[in-house]
Amino acid sequence: MADLTTDFLGIKSPNPFWLASAPPTDKEYNVRRAFEAGWGGVVWKTLGAEGPPVVNVNGPRYGAIYGADRRLLGLNNIELITDRPLETNLEEITRVKADYPDRAMIVSIMVPCEEQAWKDILPRVAATGADGIELNFGCPHGMSERGMGAAVGQVPEYIEMVTRWCKQYYDKPVIVKLTPNITDVRKPAAAAMRGGADAVSLINTINSITSVNLDTMSPEPSIDGKGSHGGYCGPAVKPIAMSMVSEIARNPETHGLPISGIGGITTWRDAAEFISLGCGNVQVCTAAMTYGFKIVQEMISGLSLWMDEKGYTSVEEVVGRAVPNVTDWQYLNLNYVAKAKISQDDCIKCGRCYAACEDTSHQAIAMSDDRTFRVVDEECVACNLCVDVCPVDGCITMEPMAPGEVDPRTGKVVEKEYANWTTHPNNPGAVAAE
Amino acid sequence: MSTPMTPGITKGRLPAETLAENFDDLHAPFAPHEAAVAADRCYFCHDAPCVTACPTDIDIPLFIRQISTGTPEAAGKTIFDQNILGGMCARVCPTEDLCEQACVRELAEGKPVEIGRLQRHATDTLMARQSHPYERAPETGKKVAVVGAGPAGLACAHRLAMHGHDVTVYDAEAKAGGLNEFGIAAYKSTDDFAAREVDWLTGIGGITVKTGMRLGEQLALDDLVGNFSAVFLAVGLGGVNALRSAGEDKDGVRDAVDFIKELRQAGDLTALPVGRDVVVIGGGMTAVDAAVQSKLLGAQNVTIAYRRGRERMGASEYEQDLAASKGVRLMFNAQPVAIHGNGTVREIELEYTSDDGSSLKGTGETVRLAADQVFKAIGQTLTTDGGLDMDGGKIAVTGAGRTSRAGVWAGGDCANGGDDLTVTAVAEGRDAAMDIHAMLSV
Ligand SMILES: Cc1cc2nc3c(=O)[nH]c(=O)nc-3n(C[C@H](O)[C@H](O)[C@H](O)COP(=O)(O)OP(=O)(O)OC[C@H]3O[C@@H](n4cnc5c(N)ncnc54)[C@H](O)[C@@H]3O)c2cc1C
Ligand SMILES: Cc1cc2nc3c(=O)[nH]c(=O)nc-3n(C[C@H](O)[C@H](O)[C@H](O)COP(=O)(O)O)c2cc1C
Ligand code: SF4
Repeated sequence: MADLTTDFLGIKSPNPFWLASAPPTDKEYNVRRAFEAGWGGVVWKTLGAEGPPVVNVNGPRYGAIYGADRRLLGLNNIELITDRPLETNLEEITRVKADYPDRAMIVSIMVPCEEQAWKDILPRVAATGADGIELNFGCPHGMSERGMGAAVGQVPEYIEMVTRWCKQYYDKPVIVKLTPNITDVRKPAAAAMRGGADAVSLINTINSITSVNLDTMSPEPSIDGKGSHGGYCGPAVKPIAMSMVSEIARNPETHGLPISGIGGITTWRDAAEFISLGCGNVQVCTAAMTYGFKIVQEMISGLSLWMDEKGYTSVEEVVGRAVPNVTDWQYLNLNYVAKAKISQDDCIKCGRCYAACEDTSHQAIAMSDDRTFRVVDEECVACNLCVDVCPVDGCITMEPMAPGEVDPRTGKVVEKEYANWTTHPNNPGAVAAE
Repeated sequence: MSTPMTPGITKGRLPAETLAENFDDLHAPFAPHEAAVAADRCYFCHDAPCVTACPTDIDIPLFIRQISTGTPEAAGKTIFDQNILGGMCARVCPTEDLCEQACVRELAEGKPVEIGRLQRHATDTLMARQSHPYERAPETGKKVAVVGAGPAGLACAHRLAMHGHDVTVYDAEAKAGGLNEFGIAAYKSTDDFAAREVDWLTGIGGITVKTGMRLGEQLALDDLVGNFSAVFLAVGLGGVNALRSAGEDKDGVRDAVDFIKELRQAGDLTALPVGRDVVVIGGGMTAVDAAVQSKLLGAQNVTIAYRRGRERMGASEYEQDLAASKGVRLMFNAQPVAIHGNGTVREIELEYTSDDGSSLKGTGETVRLAADQVFKAIGQTLTTDGGLDMDGGKIAVTGAGRTSRAGVWAGGDCANGGDDLTVTAVAEGRDAAMDIHAMLSV
């Protein structure tokens, strides 16, 4: 079994699966259960400044989007940071860390954007013995209205400034958690780096309204007939998170900056994908909230099995493996030609590929009276829609054409050489091929 | 109090609670959660094979999607648009041979989407929430006679009434419904569903049902043709084929359909007598229903004796399994040669047969089974043809049920073509109505 021990910023954990700062890490009771279940580390639910804690709504705080069989695909929340006293949290963190020295304990913090506020809290956090801190610059609701959370995360200058204070008043690793509610995630990441951040973590939740109650005309979750946008998370946000992670990983300015990947991670495979895109570890929230802490066992067994199969001996070896293959559209090889192929043995004759292609794509699937579906190579542009809508995994595949073959759609010979848009004759700004 | 072991034909073999359980819904209706889970399995196929397999062409993927989006009433409407007896069909259709057989998930996993039960969920929901979902077109002043108030006649009457015609439905029995009321197994149509469905269906208005009116007795086809703009014959197959074996007239030997009819009309099943050793002769749905219901009533031993092999049996594999699961013994390649007993049947003598595909031959070897009750379920025949051209013992029709006589249509079991199923009868009644409507509209 592959060794999943991870060293992230010098913080060791038995596996790369941490629980993200959220209800699962809200208090001692939960965190002890999480560690017993096998989680490698936790980022404690975000702490606020000394004084009366924030208050949460007293009605529903989550909304959801479902797939078939009421499988939770997306969750949204209007919860704030911890609503328990600072001292209580600090005491609990101290106790748990002492009992679980081999697990990562990171403390998430959000205090006002004033130097004194950070100066006050950081020594107290340091005293708990925690391994590092995470700056919550991401919470999209409630806290941002008070000039914290996403309100800071959307202004790179603030990120840089606060990060610098933290590096000045705290001597263990500082992770900056980024909000996705911005246009270009590379800017806040670069700002964090300039401020001296040891790593970034992303994504926090996305502004969202999950549903509207059509009887009461209130967004859900509804508090006495009114709703507010909340933060979206769960499997639905994974593609957005992975794109943002990859942008930071391949941006020359931030390349090499350690990343803790967050957003929709539900299985070992999701985790491996984030890691391949440059994450040194991953954080999980919704999957744990949906299925309980036990899921980490599947994540651990799946990741080590896959690593064994591939011959990877450490998580470190996987980090960033896919980054070189993330490129801009203009560099994609336009001489690569594929065709969809339907396996007649696997086909269950539902005809969904036909409806999709016939109505919304390229009329490249033929249907016979006995419901045999075949790809018409003369029309197929290899868009992949049929693959995506087919209910049987692996029934329709994309088969690359070999160089030298003639593409029946264009009548052109498939070229062996790579050629992209930058040199394409149709591109008004084309440069001559070298 | 008798028990299943009590000899002879006797009532009260089982306590009332056991009987109530035995004759409860064969398939319990879906709870909303079960319906949601079942509906999620539908792939919303293109040009879906299940629709093609349904004799009434119900848009199955659409109605299932309507269930899954929380609008079972809309789903019910989608069903009734094609099949106004969609409620009964949801209960009685041999879906394993029809829509569910064609479901791509049957091919993929051997587990089709449960279309029949979803259809019941949708139709039950709409019928419970709404008095009648259709409005009639303005009255045309045209009068149409429908003879037979079974599924074919009712479907035809409803469609004609919807188009504004004035329909009179005549039926020989004291109650409308046809075999829905008198023939279908009790555990398929519980809670008096057949009668409730007739009430609901006629709620559209413009339909007058006249019972106790038999064509050939109180009614004559010539009069109907003279008094109405069109006539639709849907008299089913009332007669029963004779066994043609010695001793057929002994006490304890009767037609399976009569027994079922009595059972369906019985208010109190503890008062319904049944034999200890029951033998049913036949291989179709009627044989299975008579056998299963005898068993459920408390008969100790029930045997279906079919003269050919299993593969030729009219009852579907599902029906055969149902019978077997209830403890009915299926005996193949055995034909009755004599019924023994002194006035009352005591034993039935069966001869083994061999079937080489072209002809059925007795082997000469016989076997005797104890029998205090014998049911004949060897097929029904048409009793009234109204003087029309016939084809294979049924009224000959072309197109949408046109008979040899102008102005007279026929459909359902009494007309040739199509399987003898409730859903086929509905389709033929509906299509004949549209043809009649087209004729009346010129
Ligand atoms: C025991 C049994 C079980 C069955 N089980 C199933 C099942 O589970 N699923 C399924 O799909 N099908 C089943 N069938 C078949 C199904 O019931 C028939 O195919 C269907 O009822 C045919 O409809 P119909 O309207 O043509 O005739 P019927 O339902 O037979 O209706 C004919 C009507 O005409 C009336 N009538 C007859 N003669 C006259 C006359 N001279 N004048 C006036 N009225 C007359 C009758 O009283 C009756 O009301 C079963 C049949 C039997 C016998
Ligand atoms: C294959 C594809 C191509 C699209 N192309 C465009 C486009 O050219 N211009 C545009 O404004 N939106 C485009 N969109 C976005 C859609 O218009 C729409 O905003 C998006 O798919 C979200 O809606 P939906 O998920 O509810 O379908 C495209 C979407 C898809 C799936
Ligand atoms: S799980 Fe449900 S009931 Fe329990 S605290 Fe959360 S919202 Fe309330």
